[in-house]
Amino acid sequence: MIALFKRELSLSFRSGGGASTALLFYLAVVIAMPFAIGPDPILLAQVGAATLWIGALLASLLGLERLFQADREDGSLDLFLINDHPVAALVFIKALVHWLVTGLPVSLLAPVFGLLLNLSGEASLALVATLLVGTPALSMIGAAGAALTVSLPRGGLLLSVLVLPLSIPVLIFGVGAVRAALVDPDPFLPPFAMLVAMTLFFAVIGPLAAAYALKMGTR
Amino acid sequence: MKFTVDGLAVSRGEDQIFRDISFSVSSGTAFIIKGANGSGKSTLLRALAGLLEWDEGSVALQDAPAAFSDVALPQMSHFLAHENAMKPQMTVGENLSFWQDFCGHPDVSPEEALDYVGLSGLEDVPFAHLSTGQRRRSAIARLLVSARPVWLLDEPTAGLDAASEKQFAGLMEAHLDDGGIIIAATHVPLHLSQTVDFQLHGADT
Repeated sequence: MIALFKRELSLSFRSGGGASTALLFYLAVVIAMPFAIGPDPILLAQVGAATLWIGALLASLLGLERLFQADREDGSLDLFLINDHPVAALVFIKALVHWLVTGLPVSLLAPVFGLLLNLSGEASLALVATLLVGTPALSMIGAAGAALTVSLPRGGLLLSVLVLPLSIPVLIFGVGAVRAALVDPDPFLPPFAMLVAMTLFFAVIGPLAAAYALKMGTR
Repeated sequence: MKFTVDGLAVSRGEDQIFRDISFSVSSGTAFIIKGANGSGKSTLLRALAGLLEWDEGSVALQDAPAAFSDVALPQMSHFLAHENAMKPQMTVGENLSFWQDFCGHPDVSPEEALDYVGLSGLEDVPFAHLSTGQRRRSAIARLLVSARPVWLLDEPTAGLDAASEKQFAGLMEAHLDDGGIIIAATHVPLHLSQTVDFQLHGADT
């Protein structure tokens, strides 16, 4: 298990790995936004949190297609399935590493990118908090989608269609919590707690569903 | 150790690939599955490896080694398919250490295993830089880094030259002498002294 974690982590930083791609894509989305909307600082601050959340969502989608496909192509996936390790645990580790190299840096760099969108300090803080607890859910949902589409040659398209509807609630509560932190009467805690609950829920359901899909996929 | 396959039938999708396959293999035996293209050699191996469910039939195991007494056949088998299961971005040594950790029951070190397959000193070379035959040989080294009594081999010598085939035959003989079992699907002779041949005809015979 630890061996798989190390292998996945080192692979994601080598050629063809998803770590830098996701960050660059995130940066591209955030930089393009002010040019598209215009340089109005008030407007930018209003859409800033939503932009960063959308960026995080799309960045996490980017590397998902290859999550199991590379292992399937070189035959590693077969060996994962027939060993004594529970497949759901292997999926969890792969999804966890996916989050460590996409979701985590995206969350931690959000305040820096927030400067481009005129985000206040308070908003940045709320944004980091919501991204940190919300983005793991995206990786876990994504793992289930990636497992379902692993045998399809152009699975990426179908993958986004499968994953987006499940990710939308995470997005809604993530952005909702940031807004609640800034606008006074709305409480921050309920949407934030909902976000935590979704992450915990998908951390269990996602790997189990993915493991089932992978086992079915070999037949 | 001995295992007995009784009345095995396997389908892929709607088509039954074969049915009523029965045989038994005991320690020290190489069991060679032969048959024309499409007769179901790979399917049979994948079924034994636990990757395909069978429609009917059973696989029974007797006198498994102590270290493997409570696991099923797939978990005591090495499965060498057409693909080598190595990551091109990682070095040969890293690939082998990973499989050693992952499969458990460590045997020889990755460096020693590479010596055995004639790839001494290549452990720091990225897998992507190897030739086809060298890739196959490093995949064979995977069978050596962790000890498992059953080897399931699908066209193991594909891409090997004559000298490497001989070397691999020696490794297989050593595995059989240790009381291991080899089940291989192949067209070409494997240069083994003790083999049991099994002809597969497909479902329509």
